[in-house]
Amino acid sequence: MNPILAVRDLHINFGGILAANGINIDIYPHELIAVIGPNGSGKTTFLNLCTGYIRPASGSVVFEGQAITGLSPRTITRRGIARAFQIPQLFSHQSVLENVMLAVAARHGIWEAMTPLARSSYKAEARAILDLLTLGDIDDRLTAILPEGFRKLADIAIAMALRPRLLLLDEPTSGVSSTEKISLMDTIVRVLRDQKITALFVEHDMDVVERYADRVLVWDAGRVAAEGPPHEVLHSASVLERIIGVA
Amino acid sequence: MFRYVFSLAVVAALLPIGVPWLAFVFTIAVSKGLAALGVAMLLRGGLISIGHALYFAIGAYAVAFLMREAGIADLLLLLVCATLITTIAGLVVGAFMVRYRAIFFAMLNLAISMVFFALLSKLYYFTGGTDGLRVATPTILTIQLSRSTFDIILQMSVLILMIASALLIDRYLKSPLGEALRAIDSNEVRLEYLGVSARGTIWAAYTVSAGLAGLGGAISAVAIGHVVPEMSYWTVSGQLVLIAVLGGIGGVPGAFIGAFFLELVQTFAVGLAAEAWNAIIGLSLLIVIFFLPEGLYGLIQRLERLRASPK
Repeated sequence: MNPILAVRDLHINFGGILAANGINIDIYPHELIAVIGPNGSGKTTFLNLCTGYIRPASGSVVFEGQAITGLSPRTITRRGIARAFQIPQLFSHQSVLENVMLAVAARHGIWEAMTPLARSSYKAEARAILDLLTLGDIDDRLTAILPEGFRKLADIAIAMALRPRLLLLDEPTSGVSSTEKISLMDTIVRVLRDQKITALFVEHDMDVVERYADRVLVWDAGRVAAEGPPHEVLHSASVLERIIGVA
Repeated sequence: MFRYVFSLAVVAALLPIGVPWLAFVFTIAVSKGLAALGVAMLLRGGLISIGHALYFAIGAYAVAFLMREAGIADLLLLLVCATLITTIAGLVVGAFMVRYRAIFFAMLNLAISMVFFALLSKLYYFTGGTDGLRVATPTILTIQLSRSTFDIILQMSVLILMIASALLIDRYLKSPLGEALRAIDSNEVRLEYLGVSARGTIWAAYTVSAGLAGLGGAISAVAIGHVVPEMSYWTVSGQLVLIAVLGGIGGVPGAFIGAFFLELVQTFAVGLAAEAWNAIIGLSLLIVIFFLPEGLYGLIQRLERLRASPK
């Protein structure tokens, strides 16, 4: 099977700090991959490199057989990669429903100036996504006044409304209470599986990683230090000591 | 929305019958309202232009030049051509304006409008310098009417243009492209991560806003019968921002409500306190900023919500 995303020898450094130091990854269709690693190891930088926010100094990113290295976030999104952010990136002057409808409209083409955004087809599609993510009851609320857990979900709902083939989630459970993490991930993973979306998520909670990931990538100093199924990787002595901090 | 604009149009159409001199005030108010609507559109996207008098003046001078150089005398043709010329100017200037945000966007607009002001003032041979250019009374469907009859037709045409522009811009602001413009104010990065070009969205809005200001300027030119460089002066740009804020940027009627309010305050304030009319206008703005951050239209909407809410 061909990988949906193939990353080869990706390098970038910021003032001498190697944030990406020869990253090589293959992600296959319908996989759910967890990325773990200490703070500052380059996990978010990797997402930034894949989505065009940062251009790599060298190396390549190939999505569905086509090079996307150095393309803009806009172009990469149009190619089929969507992203949810560690700090939710929402349109704060607009309601949850309008946020998601805008993403639906973006997929269909934004260059419509005489037909309303709030048309029945866009509303129905946006509401279906919000219902799946348990946001249906608060879809008329302004995103600026939502609690953090709902903001995370709204950010993910926007990304999912783009119907990506690859979804990159940066710490989807950060800022969410430990009791809500599992139900939040249950919801997200159910939707990902239902819609057959390949996904990669950055995560610090090892219980979440073990429970949901098909494969784990262990990040350290800007490169992949280890990878494999969660039950193997998370119990390896070096990972326990070096990454998770258990002696 | 339509209710407000239509009510304004009815008032504007009927009042001058009882108070004839108000006809001119209303025509000028609509012309400035159109330009302020363009400014208000950009404000929804978080972009402040303090140079939109540039397009107001381009629209006005386009009428003068079209009459003098091209021999066009028909009112409708003049308004259409002047709007088109200004829209093209907005398209060209907007192409590099979209690269800037915040204070840089505001100042660059100001700078270009002041360069245009200087050109209008100095190129005497073409522009008539500080004396400006005279605009003869246009014809209506090739018929040359008396000035008083023309003014009545102009007023009615202007009211129709106000309603048509308000309806079209309202549709635009509620469309995906209009909502994308509003989204730019809160999160431009997210918009790019939806696959939407923020610059393209702003460029479209900027071009439309320039066209609106040009139409306003063209109406002003035929209503006043004279164009002068001061039409592109920074104080006119400031007044357009003032009207937009005064009326409120929450909806299309705001710009027209603000323009009517300001023209009336200006007209009466000059009569009541010739030396202090600027202070009266300044005070009005202070009251709006402190107590009505959503402008006069926001106040009307708030009162409507109170009335509609269950007792």
